[in-house]
Amino acid sequence: MADTVFGITYNGGVIIAADQSNGRSILTYQKNLDKIAKLTDYSMMGVSGANSDLVQFTQYVSKNINLYEISNEGTKLSTHAQANFARGELATAIRKGPYQVNVLIGGYDAGKQGAPGSVSLYYLDYFGALHKVKYGAQGYAQYFCASIFDREYKENLTEEEAIKILGKCILEMKTRFMLSQPNFIMKKVDKDGVSVLSFGEDPADT
Amino acid sequence: MPSQRSPPPLEFAHGTTTLSFAFQGGIIAAVDSRASLGSFVGSKTTQKVLPVSSHILGTMAGGAADCQHWIRALKKEALLHELTEDGRRMSVARASRILANHLYALRGYDLSVGTMIMGYDDHGINSKDDHDTRSSTPYIYYADNTGLRIQGDIFAVGSGSTFALGILDTEENRYNLSVDEAVALGIKAIRHATFRDAYSGGYINVFLITPKDGWRKVYTEDIARNPEIWKALQTEINENS
Repeated sequence: MADTVFGITYNGGVIIAADQSNGRSILTYQKNLDKIAKLTDYSMMGVSGANSDLVQFTQYVSKNINLYEISNEGTKLSTHAQANFARGELATAIRKGPYQVNVLIGGYDAGKQGAPGSVSLYYLDYFGALHKVKYGAQGYAQYFCASIFDREYKENLTEEEAIKILGKCILEMKTRFMLSQPNFIMKKVDKDGVSVLSFGEDPADT
Repeated sequence: MPSQRSPPPLEFAHGTTTLSFAFQGGIIAAVDSRASLGSFVGSKTTQKVLPVSSHILGTMAGGAADCQHWIRALKKEALLHELTEDGRRMSVARASRILANHLYALRGYDLSVGTMIMGYDDHGINSKDDHDTRSSTPYIYYADNTGLRIQGDIFAVGSGSTFALGILDTEENRYNLSVDEAVALGIKAIRHATFRDAYSGGYINVFLITPKDGWRKVYTEDIARNPEIWKALQTEINENS
């Protein structure tokens, strides 16, 4: 709940932003954690939840996707397929040993034979609920930023406009949220793949 | 699922202060030596720095038995790695990941482990494939019983950690300290933590890891026998007798 993760789709891409703080009880362990994991070259997963489950779940999903691709003659899984796989794993685990993570999966799918590609953003909670959305947030950020998204979002945003909206959300969290989250990392996915747009502090090695 | 209607929790050896930080001259690990069973001091002479390999150390915080067992298991795997991989030492990242994966698998079983796995290996920046050349990038990983594993330049773990961090974080220019100054900083931080934290005390032990020579113990002091404190105590004893 304490992790801030939000995402927004725009014309040609998806951006996911997350805070970089990591701590427990009254201590902050680090301020440069990267909570947005790369799944494939064209998809990423922003994660809110325990660090252990963040690492174990994202690596489990991305490596299984990779395994599927190399076992099936390079067939690429669409973002929709990746999100449904992740969702299935969360749902299976919930009554055994739950992964306590709430995630946003964003990805770009190239069009067939030169047709324009499409972007998608999926909201998954730790029970395994799956919902395709145009914008979204996880954790307490939902309470602070939902109204900002609702007001500012429109179809076919440009990348600059999308970044601006996320900037407003980040500022709102810094202003109103009681936990200190000084650093945010932003990543985008578009036709050129996953790239880092900005970060507050250079992310730590994993 | 584990932990349903389990017997009442056992009393562990819990309270501690351990810290480590990287600086230009290497990695410092400083620890206390008190093992507390509730309010009883179970041991004044616990070894809270546990070697994993010639160039990697682990620290103990939380349940003493859990830490000792799982870091010993890690030491075994690191040695096996060296023996089967043609003398190449296990990297700090791999060692910490092996431990973190064990702890993640056992996360419903009420283990209590908060450890720092730190050292040098052949895999950092400026390293070459020839395994006689050591990389000079220090690595410190914090791993705990929740399965958390994170890398950083400075950590403090245990009931006295916040007191130690107060000393460490307010040292300007920490990276550029000389070896003597860095050792002194580690001592100061542990001493301040043991002063304020009831569950830390005993001896201060400080270790230094360098890329060339691996780890060695560089300082040990019985806090109770600290000359100033001892002198004050003796004066008091003499006055009262």
